[in-house]
Amino acid sequence: MSALMQFKDVDVYYGPIQALKKVSLDVNTGEIVTLIGSNGAGKSTLLMSIFGQPRVSSGEIIYRGEDISQKSAHYVASNGLAQSPEGRRVFPGMTVEENLLMGTIPIGMEHAQEDMQKMFDIFPRLKERRNQRASTMSGGEQQMLAIARALMSRPKLLLLDEPSLGLAPIVVKQIFQVLKEVATSGMTIFLVEQNANHALKLADRGYVMVNGEIRMTGTGDELLVNPDVRDAYLGGH
Amino acid sequence: MDIVLQQLVNGLTLGSVYGLIAIGYTMVYGIIGMINFAHGDVYMVSAYITAIVVALLSFFGIESFPIIIIGTLFITIAVTGAYGWAIEQIAYRPLRNSGRLSALISAIGMSLILQNYVQISQGARQQGIPTMLTGAVRFDVGDGFVQITYMKLVILLVAFLGMGTLTYIIQRTKLGRMCRATQQDRKMASILGINTDRVISIVFVIGASMAALAGVLITLDYGAFDFYVGFIIGIKAFTAAVLGGIGSLPGAMLGGIILGVSESLFAGLISSDYKDVFSFSLLVIILIFRPSGLLGKPEVEKV
Repeated sequence: MSALMQFKDVDVYYGPIQALKKVSLDVNTGEIVTLIGSNGAGKSTLLMSIFGQPRVSSGEIIYRGEDISQKSAHYVASNGLAQSPEGRRVFPGMTVEENLLMGTIPIGMEHAQEDMQKMFDIFPRLKERRNQRASTMSGGEQQMLAIARALMSRPKLLLLDEPSLGLAPIVVKQIFQVLKEVATSGMTIFLVEQNANHALKLADRGYVMVNGEIRMTGTGDELLVNPDVRDAYLGGH
Repeated sequence: MDIVLQQLVNGLTLGSVYGLIAIGYTMVYGIIGMINFAHGDVYMVSAYITAIVVALLSFFGIESFPIIIIGTLFITIAVTGAYGWAIEQIAYRPLRNSGRLSALISAIGMSLILQNYVQISQGARQQGIPTMLTGAVRFDVGDGFVQITYMKLVILLVAFLGMGTLTYIIQRTKLGRMCRATQQDRKMASILGINTDRVISIVFVIGASMAALAGVLITLDYGAFDFYVGFIIGIKAFTAAVLGGIGSLPGAMLGGIILGVSESLFAGLISSDYKDVFSFSLLVIILIFRPSGLLGKPEVEKV
């Protein structure tokens, strides 16, 4: 297996505050890799730094052999990286269909109708709401839309930032079920989560982040039974 | 009765022109949150370009009005669009990441530069072009009549065609979706692969083109203009944009028409000396009772 994306000693600062400290990790083609950690550990910062927001101050982000750490966000996006970001960030004033079409920017409209049908098969709720404005939808529906929008660009690497955040347990279950299906189709997924239980069960490998540093790494199963991880993230006492 | 109808028609043409210019204010505000105070002067530049193109066409012996108006529209829109693009590159892009105040001051500076540049290169005196389309249609109303000049009809037709085309582009095309996405969440738009800097440039070009449309129409109708003509019409269009809800495209068009019609009615029925006072009073009243404008969304504090 070859590394599709690789972080090499990445430092990121917000002003004087260091958000990521010498972070190194890699995601191989075909894998599901998860990054777990508590609020404020730097998980979202790591995902956004792939798109240069914020820029890394030292270190490299290698994607398919090229350092993309200083590239523009639209360059990164047009090379097969798609993100469903923290807080979903669907376009509130656009309909579901329009939001989905926004996902096709990097690849053009050629497969738009076909892929949209695929998304409606995966998320039937979106089909019911296809002409509704995103701002009128529930959090779970918006999350589905954000994931579907990311998939519309036929990415080589799908980046997901806390798809379970703020959702009812039943909806979380649905979303992870869908992620499992997407993964079986061969998609490489990098999943950032606080919900360690769901994330580690889904993932091949995982990293644990604390205060901007990678503290632990291992396969999903190893981390699930690790006593430190259990204490900190799985509520085991 | 006939005077009310007459002023309604006059107001509609005036208002459609305000609406065209207001589009530039509202789209730029929507996308980068800045009032482009040089926009009125972009309109002024387009008036000069119109006169130059008309002069050139008549130099080559072209006298037919349809050819003149179509040629003038094309060339003026292209050149004014280039001005809009250049203004953004020079005055606003370098300040993209600094505070709002810096961009605002830069806009005022750009406005002064345009006025002085035109004043120096074209002279400070009022200029004019001859009326090319004469004649009018008349309708009898009661004891009096309502008269609509052919030029006013052309203004209405072209202005509404322009607004309709733009609405179609923004609502139905990929370019329009890219503009709206950038407006609603610029960071997310860039993550989805949109070159947001280019979209911002395009919005400036669209704004300038709409101002150029207004510039051609008004100059062909009214004839006279000087280097200062952008100021008052710019402020009026800005008022229209605020009236309709700044940031909202249909709001700008609606605001323009409401402002134009009410101003004309006030001028015709009460006092034409105080029509500007009336327009700006309308702005004050709207700002007191509906600060987000007629179609604008109330600003929600983001958490």
